[in-house]
Amino acid sequence: MSNTDRPTDEGVPDEQSRDDGEFEPIQVFPEAEEMDLRPGADDCYKCSTCDTNCPVAEVDDEFPGPKFQGPEQWRLKRQDDHDIDESVMKCSNCMRCDSACPSEVPLSQMHNTARGEYVEENMTKLSREYLRNRMLANYRRLAPLGAAFPRTANFVMGLSITKWLGEKTMGITSERELPAFATETFREWWRKRGGPAVHDENNRIAYFHGCYANYNTPEVAKALVRVYEQFGYEVLVPEQHCSGTPMFANGMLEDARRSAETNVRELAAAIDDGADVVASCSSCSMSIRQEYPELFDFEGTDEVATNTWDAVEYLRVHEDLEAALADASVDDGRFEEFAYHAPCHARNQGLDGQTIELLELIDGVEAHDVGDSCSGISGTYGWKEENYETSMKIGKEMFEHMADADATAGLTECPTCSMQMEHGTGYEITHTLEILEAALVGTNPTAEST
Amino acid sequence: MAIEDDVLVIGGGLAGATAALAAANAGTKRVRLVTYKQSTLRHASGLIDVLGYTPAGKGPLTDPFDALEELPHGHPYERVGIDAVRDALSFFDGIVGDAYAGGHTDRNALVPTHGGTVKPTARYPAATAPGLASDDRDALLVGVETLPDFDAPLAAAHLEAAGIPFDCRGVTLRFPGITRDDAKVTRYAHLLDRNESVSTPSGEAGAREALSTAVRDHFEGEPRVGFPAILGDERADDVRGDLADTLGADVFEVPMGPPSLPGIRLEELLYDALEAAGVRVTSGVPVVGYETGDRAGAGRRTERIDHVVVDRHGAEIPHRADQYVLATGGLVGKGIESDREGVAEPIFGCRVPHAEDRYDWFVDDVFGEQPYARFGLEPDRELRPLDADGEPEFANLRAAGAVLGGYDYAAEKSGAGVSIATGYVAGTRSAEVSE
Repeated sequence: MSNTDRPTDEGVPDEQSRDDGEFEPIQVFPEAEEMDLRPGADDCYKCSTCDTNCPVAEVDDEFPGPKFQGPEQWRLKRQDDHDIDESVMKCSNCMRCDSACPSEVPLSQMHNTARGEYVEENMTKLSREYLRNRMLANYRRLAPLGAAFPRTANFVMGLSITKWLGEKTMGITSERELPAFATETFREWWRKRGGPAVHDENNRIAYFHGCYANYNTPEVAKALVRVYEQFGYEVLVPEQHCSGTPMFANGMLEDARRSAETNVRELAAAIDDGADVVASCSSCSMSIRQEYPELFDFEGTDEVATNTWDAVEYLRVHEDLEAALADASVDDGRFEEFAYHAPCHARNQGLDGQTIELLELIDGVEAHDVGDSCSGISGTYGWKEENYETSMKIGKEMFEHMADADATAGLTECPTCSMQMEHGTGYEITHTLEILEAALVGTNPTAEST
Repeated sequence: MAIEDDVLVIGGGLAGATAALAAANAGTKRVRLVTYKQSTLRHASGLIDVLGYTPAGKGPLTDPFDALEELPHGHPYERVGIDAVRDALSFFDGIVGDAYAGGHTDRNALVPTHGGTVKPTARYPAATAPGLASDDRDALLVGVETLPDFDAPLAAAHLEAAGIPFDCRGVTLRFPGITRDDAKVTRYAHLLDRNESVSTPSGEAGAREALSTAVRDHFEGEPRVGFPAILGDERADDVRGDLADTLGADVFEVPMGPPSLPGIRLEELLYDALEAAGVRVTSGVPVVGYETGDRAGAGRRTERIDHVVVDRHGAEIPHRADQYVLATGGLVGKGIESDREGVAEPIFGCRVPHAEDRYDWFVDDVFGEQPYARFGLEPDRELRPLDADGEPEFANLRAAGAVLGGYDYAAEKSGAGVSIATGYVAGTRSAEVSE
């Protein structure tokens, strides 16, 4: 095995050479009591590659870009009289700057920390913006109400008066259709079904479905269950809160901490029971794998992070998924041609090519990659009245490429990207797991009613 | 299950992309490119230098191919040979098509830089072509107040002092539609790409027209006008064409320092070519280690790499291929790392020759012959990195680009040429021996 340990400070000699008396490091700075991002700031050599990847800075004159929001703001903050600049709220948390940086500066971690501090110290807690952001960030707390009376909620949300009120009173753009609630949540279906159909304590996964697959697109969650059961896995569905993604993006770090604490506890328990964790939403897996260890240190945080997988990636590594798909075919008008958009948070996990590579194997399905542009919605970002225009400007390239592709349906793994794709093109948007289900299990899941 | 391919290229810059394209071109069924962070192409001028100066500092060279014969033992060009350099350049010409010029001759072109110097280079973007210093038409250089890297009047004065065969004048103006002092280069490009509506003293106008109008106030009928390299990204040809039509002059770009749109555009060209060639690209995740296979099977003392390990936020994903190409870059790209103890290649631990005492890694004269500039792997003639005994480190690993040592690309102006030549050879050879 190669020696690829990456020490945090490569300039400091190891114990042995210190004993030789060659070099005596002197501790100049006191032990950090708070999170100290100095190594990140010092690693920045100002090449500005991050800035060239920022979809917001490209279209919004008021946004100074990720290099400023991260390392430069960190240095400015060393002067006590500097507050975090309010422009940090214009960052959409797409995290593209992370995979851009040739010097491994933890940009999104710096942005998350700065945004949390700005909201905590500089935003009035009674302001409309704060309340609106808190509500958007805590979608999971509101969704059960809608899901309890889905038809009423969907009707009321669709009314123009509701949307007008939403924009006037809360600053939520009236341009968008709020996502419809499913008439039966995934967890309701799971309970009615009696839980797993396959029992195998040596072959278990714990499913982190997140909010959207539970309340809005249970067909995605059901597809995951059926595909995994087809491969002989016992599926566990642990208690869970929001992954925290919308909370990070709104600087609500305390809300995120509470959710993360529950998730780490429940997922760590599932791991103790022999399961690996899989997620169907690319932002949920991103959050658990990267943001939790960067921002929190509950017991088990790292263990949960390293044992969490994207649901398709997990099958690809643990099963011979390619062989299974090479033998599969889909003969269903709904699943023929797709314009595929790789979400930013899937890109950051090295998953951007995965869907196209796998779907190429399936007879009867064709997916066209629409390029590496950001969809522009970035979770709650594009729902805000003041960001709507920016969000649509960013999305324009994706819309154009979708229109150019030889398809009239869309495909992605991120719930909010799918809202944006639908909003910009009118296409119906599918999740990759639904195609895997059609290929591996069959296209008539209604046969299994419970 | 490991993720399986025939040839796996590690590194997504010019050398890695060329290697992957060459392997696919040579008929390999499955080629994958794994790239961690974005490459130094985004810092790069977009010019393709082959050799501007000899290792002894002689130059600028008129014909780099004359000098290639004389290169010292161990220089990457000496390793692959001149024919391979020629083949690699025509392979590159085929990939980029009309987007690049210079392929009609072996001789170096002289390109004015944003500092007002003249750089010898073998290939240059079509956007730069009308700006060559060997062209004797007069030129107007247009600088932008909010882009201080390019001081047009100063650059023009430098060029005239350097003895260019034409009159050159520089002016500085405010860029219509840009309000921030620190707007990103991508913001300028986007304004022009999308021809966004901007405010001008005479009312709203499209960004392209507004820029032409602003230039026209200073224009004295020069046959060509140079701008900093921010004239669009996706639709750069349209932007340049529109400006040329409204000004009635040829329009060219002066290459800029980092971050650089010509470098970004070249990266986009290469990645489009990778997609078209069916190369699979995995980005954003690092290769952190490897396992060797059964040595007895090969019957030789050189080990084979069985698979490499890709880290995805703590999950270790095995990737297996028959042949591997290492194209992770040099000290800046972090394919070579150094600390107080030594200099190392971090993934495979390949040997990087260097003096034991770190005070011998550099000389005091900043522009002198810096030993560190030549740090990198020492390869055999098919680019397999060699160990201290002169044996290949691994039977199925080749290296390309700045991770190789034995040359100082900044002093020689040979970075892109070495990346293309060694990437081409490493990729082609991998395909040939791949089962």
